[in-house]
Amino acid sequence: MSQQTLMAILIFAPLVGFFINGFRYKKHSAEVAGTIATGAAVISFISALLMVIDLIGLPAEERRISVQFFDWITIEKLKVVAGFTIDQISAIMVLVVTGVGSLIHLFSIGYMHHDEGVAKYFAYLNLFLFNMLLLILGDNLLVMFVGWEGVGLCSYLLIGFWFTDKQKATAGMKAFITNRVGDAAFLLGMFVLFLTFGTLNFQEINHLVPLTSELTWLAPITMGTLFLFIGATGKSAQIPLYVWLPDAMAGPTPVSALIHAATMVTAGVYMIVRLNPLFMAAPNTMMIIATIGGLTAVMAASIGLTQWDIKKVLAYSTVSQLGYMFLACGVGAFGAALFHLMTHAFFKALMFLGSGSVIHAMHEEQDIRKMGGLKKYLPHTYLTFLIGWLAIIGVPPFAGFFSKDEILWQAFHSPRGHWVFWAMGALGAVMTAFYMTRLMALTFWGESRFSKKIHPHESPMIMLIPLFVLAILSAIGGWIGIPHVISEILPGQPGNFLETWLEPMIKTVPGTEHAEPSLEWGLMGISVMLAAISAMTAYHFYVKDPSKPKKIAASLGKLYDVVYNKYYVDEGYFCGIINPLVRLSKGIWFYIDVNFIDKTTYVISDLVRGSGLFVRGIQNGNIQQYAMYIGLGVVATMTYVLMR
Amino acid sequence: MQNSELIGEIGLTHYLILSALLFVAGMAGVLLRRNAIVILMSVELMLNAVNLSFVAFSHYLGQMDGQVMVFFVMTIAAAEVSVGLAILVSIFKRYKEINVRFFEHLKG
Repeated sequence: MSQQTLMAILIFAPLVGFFINGFRYKKHSAEVAGTIATGAAVISFISALLMVIDLIGLPAEERRISVQFFDWITIEKLKVVAGFTIDQISAIMVLVVTGVGSLIHLFSIGYMHHDEGVAKYFAYLNLFLFNMLLLILGDNLLVMFVGWEGVGLCSYLLIGFWFTDKQKATAGMKAFITNRVGDAAFLLGMFVLFLTFGTLNFQEINHLVPLTSELTWLAPITMGTLFLFIGATGKSAQIPLYVWLPDAMAGPTPVSALIHAATMVTAGVYMIVRLNPLFMAAPNTMMIIATIGGLTAVMAASIGLTQWDIKKVLAYSTVSQLGYMFLACGVGAFGAALFHLMTHAFFKALMFLGSGSVIHAMHEEQDIRKMGGLKKYLPHTYLTFLIGWLAIIGVPPFAGFFSKDEILWQAFHSPRGHWVFWAMGALGAVMTAFYMTRLMALTFWGESRFSKKIHPHESPMIMLIPLFVLAILSAIGGWIGIPHVISEILPGQPGNFLETWLEPMIKTVPGTEHAEPSLEWGLMGISVMLAAISAMTAYHFYVKDPSKPKKIAASLGKLYDVVYNKYYVDEGYFCGIINPLVRLSKGIWFYIDVNFIDKTTYVISDLVRGSGLFVRGIQNGNIQQYAMYIGLGVVATMTYVLMR
Repeated sequence: MQNSELIGEIGLTHYLILSALLFVAGMAGVLLRRNAIVILMSVELMLNAVNLSFVAFSHYLGQMDGQVMVFFVMTIAAAEVSVGLAILVSIFKRYKEINVRFFEHLKG
């Protein structure tokens, strides 16, 4: 099969699935709809796999499969081709998206089994996958932007999937509108880049980037990348636009796993990695990215410490982990960002699906205060969740350890890094270990706190298989990027496969010095130790001594309240932006629209009406009067003719 | 002789004045009367006023054209009256009314 056909199958299989399920949206059979949708996703995954195998066959410097379908837009200088590329970066992403996507489709068959709109659900899920593939594979910013908007739309549709519940519909709208803010900035970024480089193609832009870095703030590349980054903060839920992601948990849980943990929210990171030479040329932007990423990692983790909703904890954890990825991008460790993106997709999708399994078992209960002791009821879910937990808190040799440690090390070691960034990352890791252990403790360990009427039951096999696969990936997924200091002591000395793979695509920060292995070992040890202590403390608090957290919360008083209420950010946005905007709009509506524009039109219409009323009197339907007009007309004409 | 003198003194002007008077009378009937039959009669009066002036001109100019025209007018008047009366009859059958003020359906 030619590469063009393969690429077409890869991209359009989910679209075909979307149309099939979209046309039969009234059907209620989860098996049929699910098979169609999952089939489409699996076909995509297989094509992606075939293409990546082709890619591996190519020599390292030429690893790039480009397919151009047609010229999309040609206006003077602007030439946009509907072209798609698989290279080292998009290969990783496309495998993660279609692979994890397929598993989540499979899981959904079990999870959405009783839902009325199951065909509609699967149609949306396929549409999402299609748009995500456009985003990943598009070889220029505009194609990426189409996907970028498309996934936003699907995210909105799926968050508000149960739209009869007003709160859920509102959450969907919040996500959509918040994303819109970022998307506007993304567009501005594209304009700036087009003005600067005269092209939107990734490869061309990356070639045209000047060798010297820009040092001022208002230089074109800095401006352009800053705008793109604002776009990324919207899609990838970073400060200040992260507020939509926790609310997005209103959607079905597999959606949270697919869109709001594994794939869509990483689009911002992916975009930055895609344009890494460009971002590299703008150190000021990089600094902003690292700062925002670090702050988000810490702040979201701290909110995660206090939440009671199992999905909210995972949502804040996602925001925090995305913060890590941006921190990595900001210090120039794009490879590490992509690595963490991948491992995070595995373990966070696993944990979301696990939480879905728990919620399913508990009959739609999401409050972890009303769980506990589920270990013996849900042994398989527990086992997989345990692996996810080990991965996210960074226990070696699980996946999260390698990627998180790589980020922390780069944050410290890179010339663009700083020990402050490392400290932020480490603090985030400590808090992550705490809230994740807390989640484990309250959900699976300890005494059961739910009412006797509920009998939790293990999920069916169709939901467990994705969990097992993701658990295996979470366990071993990190082995493709083992750092040198560790591989030296391992038997056979496995190389850092990921680093070699990405090398031609990723720019390294100039001036990176060789570091003492002892330093790397030391930092690694510190962060793992801190995380372990934190996890142990959490275990002690929530399993051994359940009264303690309440005492601590009480002793913190106000501070706890502030964190529990998510730093009042939503309230702040309402006070500072939304309400003034609504008031301003109301003012404009009243004073300009009602009192000026409407009144003007009323005056004009009154004028027309008045003159109409006057003229209407002439045409009163009385034939004799009409005859008289004729007579008068004749007389007038005659008079005129004769008098002339 | 006195008679013929008198006839000799009557010229075109007198005929035209008579014709104009008849025309105005007919027009006044058309414009002012309410009864549709009377209006039709008034229309006839107007037509005949015109006929009179045709004949008068024909006589004083020594040409036959005017007389021919009168036949046309009379034919058409007959046709017009027959159509008009037919309409009136059917209107009356339907509305039991021939007062034209009653029919104001042409109102805009």
